[in-house]
Amino acid sequence: MTETLLSLSGISKQFDDKTVLDELSLTIDDGEFITLLGPSGCGKTTLLRMMAGFELPDQGTVTLSGVDITQTPPEKRPLNTVFQNYALFPHMSVFDNVAYGLKMEKRPKAEIQERVEEALAMVQLEDFAKRKPHQLSGGQQQRVAIARAVVKRPKMLLLDEPLSALDYKLRRTMQVELKRLQRELGITFVFVTHDQEEALSMSDRIVVLKDGRIQQLGTPREVYERPANVFTARFVGQTNFFPGRVTKIEGERISVDVFGLNRDLSKPSFRVALNQSLHVLLRPEDIRVLAPDDTEGVAGKIVERNYKGSTLDSVIELEDGSHVMASEFFDEDDPAFDYSIGERVRVSWVDGWEWLLAEEGDEPLTDEEELAADDAEH
Amino acid sequence: MMLSIKQQPFRAAVLVLVWGWLLFLVLAPNMLVVGASVMTRNPSTFISFPLNLDAYRQLFNPLYLEVFLHSLYMAAITTLICLLIGYPFAWALSRVDKRRQMLLIFLLIVPFWTNSLVRTYALKLILATNGLLNSALISLGVLDEPAQLLYTEGAVIVGLVYLLLPFMVLPLYSVFEDLRQDVLLASHDLGAGRLATFKNIIVPLTLPGVLAGVMLVLLPAMGLFFVPDILGGSRNLLVGNVIKNQFLDARNWPFGAAASIVLTLTMALLMFAHRLSKRRLGEEGA
Repeated sequence: MTETLLSLSGISKQFDDKTVLDELSLTIDDGEFITLLGPSGCGKTTLLRMMAGFELPDQGTVTLSGVDITQTPPEKRPLNTVFQNYALFPHMSVFDNVAYGLKMEKRPKAEIQERVEEALAMVQLEDFAKRKPHQLSGGQQQRVAIARAVVKRPKMLLLDEPLSALDYKLRRTMQVELKRLQRELGITFVFVTHDQEEALSMSDRIVVLKDGRIQQLGTPREVYERPANVFTARFVGQTNFFPGRVTKIEGERISVDVFGLNRDLSKPSFRVALNQSLHVLLRPEDIRVLAPDDTEGVAGKIVERNYKGSTLDSVIELEDGSHVMASEFFDEDDPAFDYSIGERVRVSWVDGWEWLLAEEGDEPLTDEEELAADDAEH
Repeated sequence: MMLSIKQQPFRAAVLVLVWGWLLFLVLAPNMLVVGASVMTRNPSTFISFPLNLDAYRQLFNPLYLEVFLHSLYMAAITTLICLLIGYPFAWALSRVDKRRQMLLIFLLIVPFWTNSLVRTYALKLILATNGLLNSALISLGVLDEPAQLLYTEGAVIVGLVYLLLPFMVLPLYSVFEDLRQDVLLASHDLGAGRLATFKNIIVPLTLPGVLAGVMLVLLPAMGLFFVPDILGGSRNLLVGNVIKNQFLDARNWPFGAAASIVLTLTMALLMFAHRLSKRRLGEEGA
């Protein structure tokens, strides 16, 4: 049985007349790993700071295990935070950093000693207790920050982009380690990131945020495979947006015209009308690249190819000028498989792998979002 | 591979300039002072042989010891007041927005553009028996008759605080600027209230600034002889007055030199303490 641990309802926050959070409501279950994902400025960090008590909402309430903590100061909340830049106390040893929270609780000395050692062992830093933070590497400082936060056995651990300052390889290691810690401790983790890959691989549930509103709340699979709107589809992973037009509606099936191909698809959950335009979404790995003499698909030519180790990523330009991204796994039977630029191919996909979204008016990505999405991919 | 001096004339010129400066304008004068302090007083040539430690022995004369202690006491009070005003001021300064910050720092520095002697005379006009402060207090009905403000210990301390406050604020401002907000939040997050955070985090992290400020205020406060000259009357002397008098009036150079060296050594001791406190924070590791 999952129980609600923290619930936010109707949270609004403005900074200098700019709305950062807009009547946002969210419940977090006990023991889950939930990620707040979004581009910079989407309100994810503000939301986390509100849970920690560093920021008070203009409107709305925060309850923890049924108790209203909206106005409770951070030092009285049974939650702890891992800060983006670790925020270790530079004048204290690793031991004293980790012991700080327990000293504030006025725990007996022997208990502090034991619990600090235990916490340091958990992050494999037993031998570093006497060091000062500046004598540690970034990854080690990160672990101290985690030990310092979990030593108090909080009901919930709030992590504010904790891995963003680490290099790629270390980030992967820490991702695995954080998951392990969460499993072992059984603590609820609220994780803030702008990195969609990180969000997909670590979370039980993902909250996609934009402009202070929740765009989608779901499991990584739901968010990736069934994005709720164009923003989520664009922000999480790469997606081909094909223009479609409804040509026939028959029971639970509809026919959609895409690049002149007539595809027979199952009816989406939103209302469709005849001749309506809609987005047909296909992830690059769902695209099938066929030989030029194939009878199926649309004709085009390769304009870009990128060798990615396990996949070959290509961009195909169709005759109407639109670009299609494709990502194909190398096949054991044909390890030398490759394309040359300009090579003629045909593009198709398996019916049922597509995802349909209604058009939301004309919504080109703003520069800022595009940058943030770029950022998230690297 | 090192390039020879011939290949780097600019580098050579700079090195010669720096070393020359240090040698002739820092080391040599100080050695002269040290030399003078161990020589014998001579009315016609100021100093002469033989070498001896009489001047230092003279420092232990109860009269001078009293002047030194009273001077230290006034300087300490001055430093304490500067710290009490400067600490919250620097804290507030580091928390306001950038534009207001520039304005406040500008206002702090503006008085430096006027000679401090002139400013001390201005203070005299304010504190005088018929001065601005007394007149204002009388017309407000706080006082019935003018109070004796000038030529008191208080006047000297007011003068010293006024002149030296910026030297306390600036180093404190710099440590508060470096104090990261998330470190304070982390302290709250881990269960520390405001007082505990102040005691355990803010004070230790701003300590180097406090020591730097104390260094920049305490020592000069013992040396600014013109402040007691103008505001203090005869009883509120500073070590600076003693040194000045020995050189200009009493013509006892060895004694003046010895007093000045004791002052320098006190300064060196403070700087050593400052270094230790910085090392504790690991700021010198790199």
